[in-house]
Amino acid sequence: MFLRTLFEIGRYWSFMKGLFMKPEKFRVYYRQIMHELVSIGVGALGLVALTSVFMGAVITIQSAYNLVNPMVPLYAVGIVARDSIILEFSPTIIMLILAGKVGSSIASEIGTMRVTEQIDALEIMGINSSGYLTLPKIIAGILITPFVVLISMFLGIFGGWFAGEMSGTVPSADYIRGIQDQFVPFNILFAMIKSLVFAFIITSVSAYHGYHTEGGALEVGQSSTKAVVYSSIIILIFDYILTQLILA
Amino acid sequence: MIEVKNISKSFEGKTVLDDISCVFESGKVNLIIGQSGMGKTVLMKCTVGLFEVDSGAVFFDGRNFSAMDFRERKPVRQEIGMVFQGGALFDSLTVEQNVMFPLNMFTTMSSSEKIDRVNFCLRRVNLENANKKFPSEISGGMKKRVAIARAIAMNPRYLFCDEPNSGLDPKTSIVIDELIREITDEFKTTTVVNTHDMNSLTQIGEHIVFIYKGRKWWEGSYDEIRNAENKELNDFVFASKIMQRMRE
Repeated sequence: MFLRTLFEIGRYWSFMKGLFMKPEKFRVYYRQIMHELVSIGVGALGLVALTSVFMGAVITIQSAYNLVNPMVPLYAVGIVARDSIILEFSPTIIMLILAGKVGSSIASEIGTMRVTEQIDALEIMGINSSGYLTLPKIIAGILITPFVVLISMFLGIFGGWFAGEMSGTVPSADYIRGIQDQFVPFNILFAMIKSLVFAFIITSVSAYHGYHTEGGALEVGQSSTKAVVYSSIIILIFDYILTQLILA
Repeated sequence: MIEVKNISKSFEGKTVLDDISCVFESGKVNLIIGQSGMGKTVLMKCTVGLFEVDSGAVFFDGRNFSAMDFRERKPVRQEIGMVFQGGALFDSLTVEQNVMFPLNMFTTMSSSEKIDRVNFCLRRVNLENANKKFPSEISGGMKKRVAIARAIAMNPRYLFCDEPNSGLDPKTSIVIDELIREITDEFKTTTVVNTHDMNSLTQIGEHIVFIYKGRKWWEGSYDEIRNAENKELNDFVFASKIMQRMRE
């Protein structure tokens, strides 16, 4: 088990080293990056929007339910909802959801290319297949996810306001005061740093598992599952490391 | 001319190729024949560098391909065209884009020049009016023809075909065989075809290498095969009644 983990880490680094060779043609890579921006970012927006609105709503109602002490003002619900969404929900939970959607898609796409010899076809042409298939996905992931996370933050906070207003638990004025009170702009930067790191993890780990698929359709499915599981675990570990390093 | 000198290859301790030496002659269709699981595909993949050999070397017109690193191999690889068993067409690209792919990556041709070249290659394989179709929308025989068109797009000096007739009906197989024959004559390529189809042997076989249990068991011309006194070769080639009758 230990040796297997070491082997996987070594192979991952060797795979990453292969990504940074000079591209065959920049224009082709540029086109690939544009394609991936749409696939990773725009393709995930619906799911992100839906999840963010509902999670914001739930966070707000649960916070209001738990803050029963008359000493605590009602606008504190807005503070709790805002900070939960900005610090943890949008940059971590949304990225875990993206690991499921984008990660499995990347791993299965590259895995299928491996088992149907499409990667061999690239290699035969003299193309650095790992770079051609993976680098545009990593760059696109890093470029687009901060925007996805920002949209998620906005929609999460909006969802909280909407749920508080509709249910009557948190009046609009209290909620809006809460989300403005004691606002720390650095928290946004922290969330952006996390989203960049997590985007790198999702795209590179998923591509790695897809690229090293051996066998057939069954193994493509297994690679896809591995990509999601390992990306999620590594995201959680790095969530703790980044929080400890930056906020503690 | 391609020279394979004393190559051996093992996977997890199991020897698949054992000290194989042979020569694939220029301007001829060279066949690698043998039963399934005897090492034909591994020999082809070792020859083109998709598998690294454990020992021995492969020379492309005197150039020691096995001793080259990834960058040094690039110019040689651009002289190689390969048709994979399943076609290995890129699923996300149309027929036209598949054939244009190597041109996009390695040439500075204008768009109209590339389109002209693509249309020439597709006409050459008797495939017109399929430019805008995706691989999932065309038949197995058409996929093979697109794969051949892509393989010849860069005017290769060496053409490798891994079981080009597998999964095709006898009539389409003959069309593919004739196409390989014509392309070899027209472009003067060194063509290596991996097959266990005896129709291919009679149709296009000029120089034949018979692989048995990972070793080169016999090598010679099509005319010599009829009188060869090699039990394993005869058992394989003349296994069917049609071939037995042909021999008589």
